[in-house]
This record gives sequence, C-alpha cells and structure tokens, in this order.
Amino acid sequence: MEKLLNEMSSQCKPAYSVNLDVEYDYQITENLKRNSYLGLPNIAESDLLRHFINLSRQNYALSTTFYPLGSCTMKYNPLINERIAKFNEFNAIHPYQAQETMQGILEIIYKLEKDLCEISGLDYFSVQPAAGSHGEFTGLLVISKYFKSIKQKRTRIIIPDSAHGTNPASAALAGFDIIPFKSELDGSLSIEKLKEILTPEVAAVMLTVPNTLGVFEKSVLEISKIVHDNGSLLYYDGANLNAVMGIIRPGDMGFDVMHINLHKTFSTPHGGGGPGAGPIGVKAFLEPFLPVPRVELKKSKYILNYKKSKSIGKIKSFFGNFSVLLKAYVYIKSLGSVGLKNVSEQAVLNANYMLAKLKNIIDVPAGGKCMHEFVLSPKSVLKNSVRTLDVAKRLLDYGYYAPTVYFPAIVEEAIMIEPTETESKETLDKFIEVLIKIILEESNKCPQKVKDAPVNTPVKRLNEVEAARNPILKW
Amino acid sequence: MNIPQNLKYTKTHEWIRVEDNKAIVGITDFAQHEITDIVHVELPEIGRTVKKDSPVAVIESVKSAFDIYAPVSGKVVAVNDNVLSNPELVNQSPYEQGYLFTIELSDKTELNSLLDAQAYQTIV
Repeated sequence: MEKLLNEMSSQCKPAYSVNLDVEYDYQITENLKRNSYLGLPNIAESDLLRHFINLSRQNYALSTTFYPLGSCTMKYNPLINERIAKFNEFNAIHPYQAQETMQGILEIIYKLEKDLCEISGLDYFSVQPAAGSHGEFTGLLVISKYFKSIKQKRTRIIIPDSAHGTNPASAALAGFDIIPFKSELDGSLSIEKLKEILTPEVAAVMLTVPNTLGVFEKSVLEISKIVHDNGSLLYYDGANLNAVMGIIRPGDMGFDVMHINLHKTFSTPHGGGGPGAGPIGVKAFLEPFLPVPRVELKKSKYILNYKKSKSIGKIKSFFGNFSVLLKAYVYIKSLGSVGLKNVSEQAVLNANYMLAKLKNIIDVPAGGKCMHEFVLSPKSVLKNSVRTLDVAKRLLDYGYYAPTVYFPAIVEEAIMIEPTETESKETLDKFIEVLIKIILEESNKCPQKVKDAPVNTPVKRLNEVEAARNPILKW
Repeated sequence: MNIPQNLKYTKTHEWIRVEDNKAIVGITDFAQHEITDIVHVELPEIGRTVKKDSPVAVIESVKSAFDIYAPVSGKVVAVNDNVLSNPELVNQSPYEQGYLFTIELSDKTELNSLLDAQAYQTIV
C-alpha cells in the first residue's frame, strides 16, 4: 500500500528552499505571527511525483481495463470531449461575468437543451441539476408544485422494484409517500396490479425504461394511458436512455417529466463524487415550474431569466456544472443523429452477444434477450458455497473491474453486466471466458481460491463488516 | 437450512414465537444467510403501534439494506438491545440471541395467516 503524504513526511528531506528578497514579515505584528508548526507534509518534489504516479498506477479505470459495471454505465469518454473542454474560451471565464461577455457559454447551454428536447421528445429542458438523483429530486419538486398550482392534493409516488435505486429516496426527500410496486418474474409490470394501487392520491408513477433488469417495458403505452386517465403524471428515469437513443422517445410514449444522467448516455466523466449533471425535461405545461435561471434567446441575445413566478426556484449555484454539459454537447455534435442511434444499437448488440453466450450456462431471470445490460443469477451453478461476491472478487485477480453485484435486489445472487457500445468482440469473448471459468470451473475445483480472492491486487480481501463498523481512518 | 417446527413464519422471512398475547419476532436462518454479514440494525421504538406487514425495522449488511416487516399488528413492548451493539448475533443465532423485538398482539386471528414450518420450507 502506498503511504499517505502525512505518513511519508517524516521520512523525507526538507522539500523546499525559499529565497526571499523581500521582508516577508514586514507588516505582521508579533501577536499575529504563527509560532506553531504549520502541519503540512514535508516532501520533496520527486517523492511527491512518485507518490501520485504510483497511486494512479493502482487505478482501475476504463482507460486501463474492461469495466462492465451494470446500471452505473462506465462508458468510454472520447478524448475530443476533454480536448475541447480545455479550451481557454471555456476555462478562463467566471460566472459573475456580464451576460453579454459569455454569450458563447449561454448559447451552448441553450442548444444543448434543444438537442436534449429533440432526443427525448420532451418540450423543455433545464440543465441545472448536478446529478441524476438531483434531477429526479428536481423533477419531483416540479410535479409537486404543479399539483399545488391546480389545487390537487396528491401525496403518493408509485415506484416499481425494478426502477433505479435512487427513485424512492428522491421522492421521499421531495415530500411524497412511496408506494412500492412489485414487478413480475421477468421484470415486467402487471397492468392489473398497477390499477389496484393507482388511487386519486397518486401524483406520479416513476418508470425506468428499460428497467434495471435490462428489459423494455412492453406495456408502457397502456401504462401511460391508465396513469393519465387517473390524473397522475408519468416520470421517465432516463438512467437507461443509452439503450434507446434515436429509436424511441420518452415524450412520444407519454412521459411528462424525465431526467438524463449525462455520464450514462452522453459520455461525460463518471465517478469520484462529481461534478455530474442530471438535466430534466418536461412537457410544455410544466415549463413554468422549471428551476431558474432559464437560458432564453431574446432579440438574438442569450439571457438568463430569473423572473419566473411559478418556478420551484434555484437548485444549483450559477447555471449547472458547465464543463460536464459542454462535454455532453461535444459528444452529441460529434456523433450526430445517426451516430447516436448507432451508439444505442451497438450497446444493445454487445449486451445481447454476451447474454447469448452465457444464457445456456447461467440462469437469466429476465429471459434470453435484453437491452443494454442484463442480470445473471449464478446461484444454481455455484458450488461449495461460493457466492456472487467471491466471483466478483476473483474477477479482480484477472485484471477486470467487477460487474455490479446483488443489484437489482429482486434477483438472487445477481451479477449485472453492461458492456457498453465501445468494446470489441475480442474483449467481450475474453471476459466471458474468465467469468465462466470462475463460476463453473474454479468454484468446483478450487473454491478456496475463489473465496480468498483477490490475491493479485494491492490489498487482499477486505473485511467488509469491520470496514463498515470499525473503520480505521487515516489522514 | 434450520427451520424450527415450533415457530410461525412469513413470506418475507420473519419468524414469530407466540407466548400468551406476545409475539417475539426475528428473521429466519435463510434470511440471515441471504442478507449476509450484518453491520447495522435499526429497531422500532418501544411503545410504537405497528400494523401487520408494515416495515418496522431495518437490517443493513455488506450487501444492502433490508426492511423487516411486522408479522402481526400490535404494540412494540420490547426490543433486543444486544443486536444494536452486536449485529452479528442475528447471523450467528437468528432464532435465539439474535431475535429483534416483541409485539403485544392486538388481533390474535392474524396468527392464522402465518405459515407453519412446513409451508415456509416450500418457499425457501
């Protein structure tokens, strides 16, 4: 393990020499002078450089290995996104500048919103929310404010168990009661069961399409009809929009509100806690409730409009995480409409190729076809009490980032794989070979090896119970 | 899989042991195995009135967080404080030291809807 900078400090030589040609303490009075040690690590530049390079060499990343993390979508980030985001024209600006001096920035936000409208079939977008879950929350606030404006008391949100995991938390935070909706064994939703819980108190039904099992909801149009007949709204969790871009549009299917996780569909960076972006889209009747500021085009000038009397208000400082929005915009423009459709087709093709090779060997609860991701349940083929967690750890030994495990919770011993569109057949074949080897061969012949995994990583199997209950913290 | 004959069970994998008008509740051996290593337990407040099938406790493992449902309606009259500081008791001894809470029954007829050991065996 690489030591922390503070731990390295005492072993290093003094790391700096300061040649002063000014009286630096000239104006500092005695009582304000520090007389204790500053406490910063004392490290030479060469040691510091090695520290960070060595740490970076321990990274698992899409730039080092295949990263089939289902649901979370670790998608390749084209280098052109980064190159353009580095331009001074984007870096050397400040959000407090006068609007007329940042017309280009506003134009990109405006046009990105228009592009997202085109792709989704919704009428208006706001790129303010800073994450997918933040987008959900914002969308639900919009729904809440809408029903208040028409003086209807609707307090409930229906969320299927095949929906994205953050939905219930977002709805609860926005002040709604959650009505869980159990899906069928194949991940689909029963119209009859929906009708039973669709009461006059229901404000909205939140669907993830395709859902977390990688299944497209076949009854979506019928669901849309009965939800609207009930006076409720339909929310589209756009987490999995990357499976259907250019093929179907949520707006056309009757969805009223949606969010898009830009990292999942439009190749912005992911992980590390942000910055992210989760734009929300709405049908025209909900536009007055969108957060401010709105970017508008008035007399050939882009302006920031803060004066929207029905708006839910501000939900993010300034105008969202612009550098993330910019990368999504570059992605959309560099691929174009044909390219974006191709992305979804390839993502679905790659997932189905993997599923076709695995489905006769390992159980697949949602059936033999999928969208952009699929879920395996290896329970029946794992021997000697080897579990999914062990398989995931063993994959690390082979140099792979492990897929999502134990999610969705509706599948026993779930392994959730999402290959994404940019991986080659060779990469997929190699991964399939290793996965089958661990599950069928190693769990049978050398189960202890699988249970002890990983052994080739910088740290061995961690004690997760202790890590959760008695973490050893260093700084 | 250990499924004691003298207990009643729910489809959501809680067990219940009835003593007079009180019901002691925990999770089954199957449930603790599926949940895997438990790191945190949240129990209901004593005195709280709970409704059958409503979520009343939370068990968090290294895998996920799980709602625990009240198998019967009534008032929570005791909770097992030991599992708060030693959640591994639920893994090690799900039917004894790892029980979760005690409910004073408000409607004894609800007991009829619970599963016996044989019926529970068929769903795990």
